[in-house]
Amino acid sequence: MRKVLTSDITAKVSELCIEAACHLGADVIDAIKAAAEQEVSPLGKDVLGQLVTNFELANEEHRPMCQDTGITIVYAELGREVELDGSLDEAIHEGVRQGYEEGFLRKSVCDPLTRVNTTDNTPAIIHTTIVDGDSLSLTVATKGAGSENMSGLAMLKPSQGVEGVKDFIIQVVKDAGGNPCPPIVVGVGIGGSFEKSAMLSKKAIMREVGVSNPEPEIAALEAELLQSINDLGIGPMGFGGMITALAVHIEKHPCHIASLPVAVNMQCHADRHKHAVL
Amino acid sequence: MTEQKQIKITPPLSDADVEALNAGDKVLITGVLYTARDSAHKKFIELLDAGKELPFDPKGQLIYYVGPTPTKPGEIIGSAGPTTSGRMDAFTPRILETGLKGTIGKGQRSPEVLESMKEHKAIYLAAVGGAAALIAQSIKKVEIIAYEELGTEAVRRLEVVDFPAIVVNDSKGNDLFADGVAKYKKG
Repeated sequence: MRKVLTSDITAKVSELCIEAACHLGADVIDAIKAAAEQEVSPLGKDVLGQLVTNFELANEEHRPMCQDTGITIVYAELGREVELDGSLDEAIHEGVRQGYEEGFLRKSVCDPLTRVNTTDNTPAIIHTTIVDGDSLSLTVATKGAGSENMSGLAMLKPSQGVEGVKDFIIQVVKDAGGNPCPPIVVGVGIGGSFEKSAMLSKKAIMREVGVSNPEPEIAALEAELLQSINDLGIGPMGFGGMITALAVHIEKHPCHIASLPVAVNMQCHADRHKHAVL
Repeated sequence: MTEQKQIKITPPLSDADVEALNAGDKVLITGVLYTARDSAHKKFIELLDAGKELPFDPKGQLIYYVGPTPTKPGEIIGSAGPTTSGRMDAFTPRILETGLKGTIGKGQRSPEVLESMKEHKAIYLAAVGGAAALIAQSIKKVEIIAYEELGTEAVRRLEVVDFPAIVVNDSKGNDLFADGVAKYKKG
């Protein structure tokens, strides 16, 4: 067994929250720069240019790229040979608490009904899996609500097939229009159960932009959907243009013979997530 | 950057100022903006229902839908980009009746808001969503004028210089979102 200190987990989660909020991954910045080259709408091109300037400014000055520093989603893959000296969940929540305070990040978490703010951005949404090995892998995403609110889930009839799946995904993106801050990354979960499809769609967003699903048929579906979505003409910030999405990421899972769940998790251009291993 | 001219505006805006603006125009705002989002709007409606006045004189003014990040010591404001305007749709027609001349946010408005904007000669402007660090540079002074207990959702009076925005809906019923999408839609 290898010991991992909960104090180290807290410190790492804190650091990852701030890193995610202030420093966008090179994969996303490169995708936006490429989109700016392709975009033909003058206003759309202008918006993409402003986004690049904004990301560079946030990076240089170590400040949040967006005022919505999100609800914090944490994926913890805990090696079965790791021995912890306390609660993993509590160590993560404390990391969020410290990171949002020290990084001057906005505390955006509240009671769903009274709307009273918890004042420290906790609780984080934590997804833990037990894996082989003696290390703890952490992925922290700061998920803004502008895009999250535009997500959708449908329990389709199996007879609707892949065409029904495509139609639903495109309809969700079309209805969202400029709200989710396009250019977006569209995370899709197909199959599983009601909650599994949603989990898959979130996981799909964590994938590096520009990397296709390893299954050729799914990769082809991703490419086809990306084209169909960009043909909608929504464009950067919804002002009209060729680039509405930077990528479509699909994850799939076997489902019940009577079900065809499809979840679409929308991600704005500030596709913020950071990873570390302890 | 495109060659399109940027129009400078300073609130309070008159009917004539608003009528001169067209969907698709790029504007630079210098002067005062008031911030309000979900919770503050709810309180505004409660005030109006009680026959009371808003915490600021809305005549000719613009409301910016924003909830900034906390301000670092020695700085003016944190990151301060627009939030989704649609969440304020239920409140906006009522607020426009007070003489407010426009709103700034991101995303589309409801048919009721668009109709109300025509009736009251108001505009809807979009700032670039997510460009929060960049937009913050145009904010020169910040003062909380109401509901401090709401934290990021408190009502702030901002003094801005060359705050960049784009006219999405003008007072004549034109809509940049509809026109833009129609222009670039394929198939």
